[in-house]
Amino acid sequence: MSVTLTINGEKRTLDAASDTPLLWALRDELGMTGTKFGCGIASCGACTVHWDGIPSRSCQLQIGDLEGANITTIEGANGKAAEAVQAAWQELDVPQCGYCQSGQILAATALLSETPKPTDDDIDAAMDGNVCRCATYARIRKAIHVAADKMEG
Amino acid sequence: MLHQLQKPLEQAKPSRRTFLKMSAGAVGGLILAAKLPNTAKAAAGSGEFAQPFVHIRPDNTVAVLSKHLDKGQGTANGLATLVADELDASHEQIVLELAPSNPQLYANSLFGVQGTGGSTAMPNAFMQYRQAGAAAKAMIVSAAAKEWGVPAGEITVSSGVVSHPSGKTATLGELAGLAAQEEVPADPALKTPDQWVYIGKSFPRKDVKNKTVGAPDTYTIDFKRDGMLTATVARSPRFGGTVKSFDASEAEKVPGVVEIFQIPSGVAVVAESTWPAIKARDLLEIEWDDSAAETRSSDAMMSELKDMTTKPGLTVREDGDVDAALEASANVMKIDYDFPFLAHGAMEPLDIVAEFDGEKAEFWFASQIQTLDHNVAATILGIPFENVQINTLWSGGSFGRRAQQDSHPVSEVSFLMKAMRDAGMEKRPIKIVWTREDDMTGGYYRPMSAHKIKVGLDDDGNVTAVKYNIAAKSIIKGSAFEPMLMADGVDHNMTEGASDTTYSFPVMNMEQAFQETPVPVLWWRSVGHTHTAYVMETMMDRIAKETGKDPVALRLELLKDDPRKTNVLKLAAEKAGWDTPLPEGRHRGVAVHKSFGSYVAEVAEISFREDGTVKVEKVTAAVDCGIPVNPDNIRAQVEGGIGYGLGAILRNQVTLTDGYVEETNFDTYESLRMSDMPEIEVHIVPSTESPTGIGEPGTPPIGPAVANAIAAARDEWITSLPFTKAGLV
Repeated sequence: MSVTLTINGEKRTLDAASDTPLLWALRDELGMTGTKFGCGIASCGACTVHWDGIPSRSCQLQIGDLEGANITTIEGANGKAAEAVQAAWQELDVPQCGYCQSGQILAATALLSETPKPTDDDIDAAMDGNVCRCATYARIRKAIHVAADKMEG
Repeated sequence: MLHQLQKPLEQAKPSRRTFLKMSAGAVGGLILAAKLPNTAKAAAGSGEFAQPFVHIRPDNTVAVLSKHLDKGQGTANGLATLVADELDASHEQIVLELAPSNPQLYANSLFGVQGTGGSTAMPNAFMQYRQAGAAAKAMIVSAAAKEWGVPAGEITVSSGVVSHPSGKTATLGELAGLAAQEEVPADPALKTPDQWVYIGKSFPRKDVKNKTVGAPDTYTIDFKRDGMLTATVARSPRFGGTVKSFDASEAEKVPGVVEIFQIPSGVAVVAESTWPAIKARDLLEIEWDDSAAETRSSDAMMSELKDMTTKPGLTVREDGDVDAALEASANVMKIDYDFPFLAHGAMEPLDIVAEFDGEKAEFWFASQIQTLDHNVAATILGIPFENVQINTLWSGGSFGRRAQQDSHPVSEVSFLMKAMRDAGMEKRPIKIVWTREDDMTGGYYRPMSAHKIKVGLDDDGNVTAVKYNIAAKSIIKGSAFEPMLMADGVDHNMTEGASDTTYSFPVMNMEQAFQETPVPVLWWRSVGHTHTAYVMETMMDRIAKETGKDPVALRLELLKDDPRKTNVLKLAAEKAGWDTPLPEGRHRGVAVHKSFGSYVAEVAEISFREDGTVKVEKVTAAVDCGIPVNPDNIRAQVEGGIGYGLGAILRNQVTLTDGYVEETNFDTYESLRMSDMPEIEVHIVPSTESPTGIGEPGTPPIGPAVANAIAAARDEWITSLPFTKAGLV
């Protein structure tokens, strides 16, 4: 089937089976590989994208349900919060293997867009769905606070 | 991980030869900045300086080629730090690249083959990469001297700029082509530590930017070749099972499926893209032959292991008559421990890309032991070693999982490519993708193990004897590494961290027994130390409790002959305020352990939630890994190592029911998450000792430190892992 949706501000048409997860459509049909496959059951957050600004697990979104949807992936992450997050991530050398970080960054960006000055509890609540097997969590937490400061300044 | 190779290399030459023969093409040895014979001329013409470890390009980038796989531990950046310092390059111009398989150029000098593990990257490459940087600098300076007609001694290099007092300046890139024509100095002068500009200071990771913008072609799963097909493989759900028969009629109907093959490891679904390959695989009807498969449950396997620890085993360490010493003791403490199978759970499941035209084969993946992988490919495809090219890609984690001794991903894709060729399919590159379930249920686990300890004490509370029996499946026995690593018949990987303890016990004997099972086992971040550190360090706290001593004081008393361990223990205790009272509801525990040549002490501070579960609030760590090449990366690795170990001891186990794996994904094998992560402080001991690794050593102490804190609070000793079994999570 053919589905037209907006990805990173551009109208894109996907020709694939309607049950194809957005994750695989992005990666295999559009060659946008920044969105990662981690678990396929919405347990790890590596495949996080924004759907109308809400962090969503692209492994669970079937393209047949996405006609007209507005999707942002790591490749299209921009704006004040995303830029502050990416800058803070780079400043603190957050990533190790880096595989989960697209999802972490999109989760953190959504958090800061909603809650510009998050507490540690806010961070726990917003980020607990995103697994990092390298356990870079201490730096992710710190980087979110740094990004919040950057947005303020 | 593979660090035990070092000793056999020195002590058992015949084993080494056997090993190298198996790894045809490997010559081992330390290659410094030797000229690449076939590329030197070409490089001169291209304006590029191309040596094995350093490429200086006309665009003024300096690529440092890491002979080691970077799976997140920061090795590529660490080795680049060494080159940049000796070459006096700028941080901006450095580019990190991973070297392809080439045992002549890129062998791990501690293994004799190209491979990464055992936290050996920095110790084996520290001098080599500094020399490579220094040689490149000498050649640049020599080229500038000729070009400018000035004495080489008057030329300086700083932050990538070559200059002469006359005002002449050039970039490294501008001089690269000329420098390529210079002789490679055999013994270039190295900087003295006071001249270092990056080593021991700061060299932020050059791979971070790519990893924050979703850059393409970073990981194997992202890698694509024109016309590439994607495959999934249905492998036996029981370890050791094989395909008896299968029906692919439903699977074949899925649009996008190209062909379905039986291969030795199972049934492969080859499709135009990933989703059809996943979907169609679920529709395969396969009957498995389980006649050689493991059909036991893990409980039964653990009973067998426990039974094995009650019987005499293979002697690993024998100081004297331990039974007599225990008999003569006033008091004997008896403790049994058991540890489960653990999956590595790297974020990127296994994957590999390959193509084969009948004569030559090329692979793209995160190969961790390239030389083994290279050999297996050549053998299965029936082509010469030199007709195989392995390109090393960045890895989304590994924790040991990609260091398979049997090279099973290479083996599987090679058999599939042969099958495709035999079926007359046109030559197309193929990618095999593992789902999380494939990865989690696919074995190669940290072995499950049982431990039986007896500690003798005299009337004054002094330790008189320690007897330690351990049983597990050997990671090494029967593997490609057996000739090297078990030259004396003993699997040291299983007992490391206990048999080599520096606690001065009057008598300590240790015996091991090997379980036989088709469940494949493998090195898991810190290997034997994952269980021995837990046993030894909780044992120390039990002795302290039994004898009324302070846990830190008892350790210091028994570590008189180990000044470096003593130092980290004192430093962690001091920074954690060991002797100061804790706030209400907080409890402390300590552990200190040496692994892979590095010393780490950790003090864990815990509290209990209202439901009685444990929360690790803070960990104060002290580490001595010799010269701290990149202090921030050392901190990062200790932070991550603590988190990795903590997640495992809290709630990770792989269990089998009638041979079938119960934990199939992150919903049942629950990872550490943000809300579990303690605050972590890492203190680095200044050192002039040779650098040792840091990828693994942060992991072993965290389990016992937390267990000891729980015991300090409740007098409850956890001896069966994970903590979920004790209702603490």
